[in-house]
Amino acid sequence: MTPDLATVCRLFAEYGLLADQGKYDEWLELFTEDCSYKVIPKENADHGLPAGLIYCDSRAMLEDRIETLRAVSKCNIHTDRHLIGIPRISTEENDEVLVEAPFSVYQTEQEGDTRLFATGLYRDRLRLNGAGLKIREKMVVLDTFAVPSLLATPL
Amino acid sequence: MTTVLKTDRPAGPDAKLAPLPEWSEPVTSAVWPRNDYSRVPYRLYHDPSIYQIELQKIFNGPVWCYVGLEAEVPKPGDFRASYIGETPIIFNRDEDGSIKGFVNRCAHRGAIVRREIAGNAQTHTCIYHQWCFARDGKLLGVPFRRGIKGKGGFEKNFDMANHGLQKVHIASVYGVLFATLSDDAESIETYLGDKMYSYFKRIFDRPITILGYHRQRVRGNWKAYVCNPRDNYHASLLHDFFGTFGLDRTSQVGGVTMDARHRHCVTWGRAEDEAAHEASRATYASEQVQSSDLTLREPSLAQFLPDRDDDLSVAILSVFPNSIVQQIGNSMAARQVRPRGLDEFEIFQTIIGYQDDTPEMLAHRLRQTNLIGPAGLVSMEDGEAIEIAHRASRCEWDTAEVVELGGGGEISERDYRANDVSVRGFWSYYAEVVGLEPAGAVR
Repeated sequence: MTPDLATVCRLFAEYGLLADQGKYDEWLELFTEDCSYKVIPKENADHGLPAGLIYCDSRAMLEDRIETLRAVSKCNIHTDRHLIGIPRISTEENDEVLVEAPFSVYQTEQEGDTRLFATGLYRDRLRLNGAGLKIREKMVVLDTFAVPSLLATPL
Repeated sequence: MTTVLKTDRPAGPDAKLAPLPEWSEPVTSAVWPRNDYSRVPYRLYHDPSIYQIELQKIFNGPVWCYVGLEAEVPKPGDFRASYIGETPIIFNRDEDGSIKGFVNRCAHRGAIVRREIAGNAQTHTCIYHQWCFARDGKLLGVPFRRGIKGKGGFEKNFDMANHGLQKVHIASVYGVLFATLSDDAESIETYLGDKMYSYFKRIFDRPITILGYHRQRVRGNWKAYVCNPRDNYHASLLHDFFGTFGLDRTSQVGGVTMDARHRHCVTWGRAEDEAAHEASRATYASEQVQSSDLTLREPSLAQFLPDRDDDLSVAILSVFPNSIVQQIGNSMAARQVRPRGLDEFEIFQTIIGYQDDTPEMLAHRLRQTNLIGPAGLVSMEDGEAIEIAHRASRCEWDTAEVVELGGGGEISERDYRANDVSVRGFWSYYAEVVGLEPAGAVR
């Protein structure tokens, strides 16, 4: 089974909107049980350096991130807005596809001023099965690796 | 749009910010309300004239700044760009294995000579008029030096030896590279002192690997950030993750160690066992400090696996003015605080591991990298704390912040954690270097 472009776009639309609305339980449902989620600065990715800004190599770690964000972390009070570009479906392997999509995230602070917070490329591995299309690996390659202020909410 | 604050403020209707108050009188040593630095005037974070003084007397002065690691330039010709204050520099490895440094500004018209951040090169040539320099900054060649067909060019007495790049002195401390622009700096051994030296030896006791870089741009003043790791008090209060999961608490065994001049420090803590962990939770509860009742699904994130013969779980080395080397659990990094004007700085962080790490230990270190940097579970809050302090203190020209946890007066080492005495140590040496020491000042 290969997902068509519209199915992949629908997944990304859900992904961006749920993150921006802070609906993290539903957002987590977009990931498989064996998922990973990493935000890697482009200068590391370009040189094959493994360290990430956010490095969750299991679903448990991603859930810890979200729980910590909700209950423990303190960040700049803001809202996010994801703009996700049209994905390119590049390879198929069994029931998985590799997908690349450019993205931007704008942040708006409490007094209404908006800034471009992040731009980069999603390099994702998606899996299609009976449960629908889910994210198996999320790799956010961050062009804006001189991170403005701080990075708390998911990209 | 972006609201990055700059020292050159826009004028007219586009101005995002009200102009700062004018300080009509120059800063003098009378700026200090107390001579033990337990009050730090906000003016020192906001007065543009102070920033010029800092660039001249600190960063162009006789201090040593961390600029990089030998492991980043393993082969002859390998180079990397870095900064001393706002001055761009290059360090590179020569054929004999030594590390050479120069200011990355062409001796001709001032352009950046080596534009790439890293690479490998025999020589360095400016793109503007192709002046070519050796790895030590010596001028090797100038196009059309003799003119064309006997016309033009430089005069006969133009001496190439006088037009090299400005030299940067480089010293290696167990592979950690420090640099100074001054010919009058103390030796790095004297500058750091024996105690600081031994902490560098402890962390860099075996060959390291570079795991990657983190960068963060904060809209605040660089000094507020370099004082942050010197302040034991804030760690478990601001960074709730520390207290919640027991990685670092003010109640654990720890303290602050300083050099003889109190300009550098190590804030340190020992790993807690389960009983101490429970006692700490009770201490925090009795202080009405909220501690979330959470359990990590992936406990290794907060687990410290000792990897040398001591039980130090936290050791943060701060070297005046802007260098930090840290071990937080099993995550290790070197940090350079790069001032970018009065109102912004970059935290440039190099994350390291060891060549003899097992695959499991490497995976553990990469997981614990989640703790540090701009998205760090025990560091992201610093960006916010510094920005809100910078914003709220902009118009404060005759008030001061309070630094007296652990008491005022004498600046000395402590074997307990509820203190911020090494913040006063920073300001005491700062005042000496910029020439603003008050009468009867403690050192």
